Amino acid sequence: MTSLTSAQVRHIAKLARLTLTDAEVEKFAKELTSILQYVDMLGEVDTKDVMPTAQVTGQSNSFREDAIRTDGATPDDLLACSPLPKADHQIVTPSAHG
Amino acid sequence: MISSLTIAQAHKKLRNKEISSAELVQACIDRIESVDKSLNAIISRNFEKALTEAKKVDSSGGFTNPLSGIPYLTKDVYCEEGVPTTGCSNILRNPTYTPPFDSTTTKRLKKAGAISIAKTNTDEFTMGASTETSCYGVTRNPWDTTRVAGGSSGGSAAGVAAAEGIFALGTDTGGSIRQPAGFCNVSGMRPTYGRTSRYGVMSMASSLDTIGPIAKTAEDMAIILQAIAGKDPLDGTTSDLAVPDYVSELKVSVKGLKIGIPHEYFIDGMSPDVEKAVRDAAKEYEKLGAILVDISLPHTKYALATYYVICPCEVSSNMSRYDGIRYGHGVTGAENLLDHYEKVRGEGFGPEVKRRIMVGTYALSAGYYDAYYRQAQKVRTLIGQDFTEAFKKVDVVLAPVSPTPAFTVGAHANDPVAMYLEDAFMDGAVMAGIPALSIPCGFSNTKSGVPALPIGLQLMGAQWQEGTILRAAHAYQQATDWHTKTPNL
Repeated sequence: MTSLTSAQVRHIAKLARLTLTDAEVEKFAKELTSILQYVDMLGEVDTKDVMPTAQVTGQSNSFREDAIRTDGATPDDLLACSPLPKADHQIVTPSAHG
Repeated sequence: MISSLTIAQAHKKLRNKEISSAELVQACIDRIESVDKSLNAIISRNFEKALTEAKKVDSSGGFTNPLSGIPYLTKDVYCEEGVPTTGCSNILRNPTYTPPFDSTTTKRLKKAGAISIAKTNTDEFTMGASTETSCYGVTRNPWDTTRVAGGSSGGSAAGVAAAEGIFALGTDTGGSIRQPAGFCNVSGMRPTYGRTSRYGVMSMASSLDTIGPIAKTAEDMAIILQAIAGKDPLDGTTSDLAVPDYVSELKVSVKGLKIGIPHEYFIDGMSPDVEKAVRDAAKEYEKLGAILVDISLPHTKYALATYYVICPCEVSSNMSRYDGIRYGHGVTGAENLLDHYEKVRGEGFGPEVKRRIMVGTYALSAGYYDAYYRQAQKVRTLIGQDFTEAFKKVDVVLAPVSPTPAFTVGAHANDPVAMYLEDAFMDGAVMAGIPALSIPCGFSNTKSGVPALPIGLQLMGAQWQEGTILRAAHAYQQATDWHTKTPNL
């Protein structure tokens, strides 16, 4: 039976870039365990020689022209959606190293 | 009340100049103002723009398109240029996200002359079965406001049931159109995966997501699907198969149609009222000349578990876009980029979104991928094969929508797995990528203070055979009047 500890929950949250409160960690350890125990039933299905389905209608390699569209939003329209400051048509983010 | 008209009825009146589009839009606005306080189906209003568009349609006058001048409600995950769209998530509310572009579907509806008047409530980024995970609070069921409207398209279903719009748009990843439609006594359809474009609709689980209509009749669903279906170069999963004439196909009789009844969809613990209503509906089809066939879909019991692996895995990937850089929640005082990400996402996402991101991140992490995601994708293949076999014998599969009618607000607040089980009959069609719809088929018995609650009938068809299930639904609605029942508000 799969079961998650608080330490594992903190590790997953770090991978997922989520800040969790201590109360959330405790709650998620319990809830994620119950979800994982529920989906454990998939392990009992014999899937030997069964191909996985990633695209259900069988479509593959759907290409389009690599052309610039001019009928949609402009770069400035898109930049205006950012909550961060802009400089020289770019978004100024906090430092990746700081 | 003209806001309770169907598309087909309203179109006739518009053409005959009995009503104007502006009057119809105003009637929906008035209805929203008078009843929505008790429902919370509508989370943002777009009334002035809608009235301006309606007047334009009125003055251009022809009403040649069946959707011309028809007001509708849009789930809060469809981007519309200049209209606030938040996915009912706090991560898109500070500042409020206002898309600079239109989704393909709202664009196609605009071209047909339909008028978007308001945004409807949904579970946060469509993750839920009750609209309770919305940052705007729960949508209440018009038939009993102590109960949920279902979800995630709960606002769209409740809004149509309450005549706040002539129709609505929803999305169905794991039942989010069909289940609320069933709970609210309206008609809703999940098309074949790739039949309708998802461009400009906020993604949840990309190998499962579909978008579709919620309406008052099957005929209206056919009209809407006609306008929105078909290849879109901006969504590579859409098919270039020709879109058939769904409205004409409605006229074809169901005589001789083979309808499969899968015994796996009639389980212990389901409401006897639901079972009776659905079996009565099957008998009605027999009366109409259809042939009932007992069938088996042996992997049904694994569909939900398959969903709750594939969905959170794809959620964990899709939600990574909400990093507070290009759009979304602003924070102050982040020490560095990592701190910025963690603060934005920790503050912006609600509990169900976090839960799914965490499950997905775990299941996709090194050492677990084969046991979870890959195994779920293989079981998905087996579920799909069940349906392929079934559709060699039958044209339509008939089943309940939900095991019980609408549950009370807060009933599953502390048990996420119990909430997931509400969708037990939804995920077979999802895994197989087939079209499935929900139509009203009766009410539960009134007992110990609980009012009669709507029950939904589910019809599933083979991939790309939307026309077959639409005509089966239409034939049922010609023979019964469940879909005409409306709540007292």
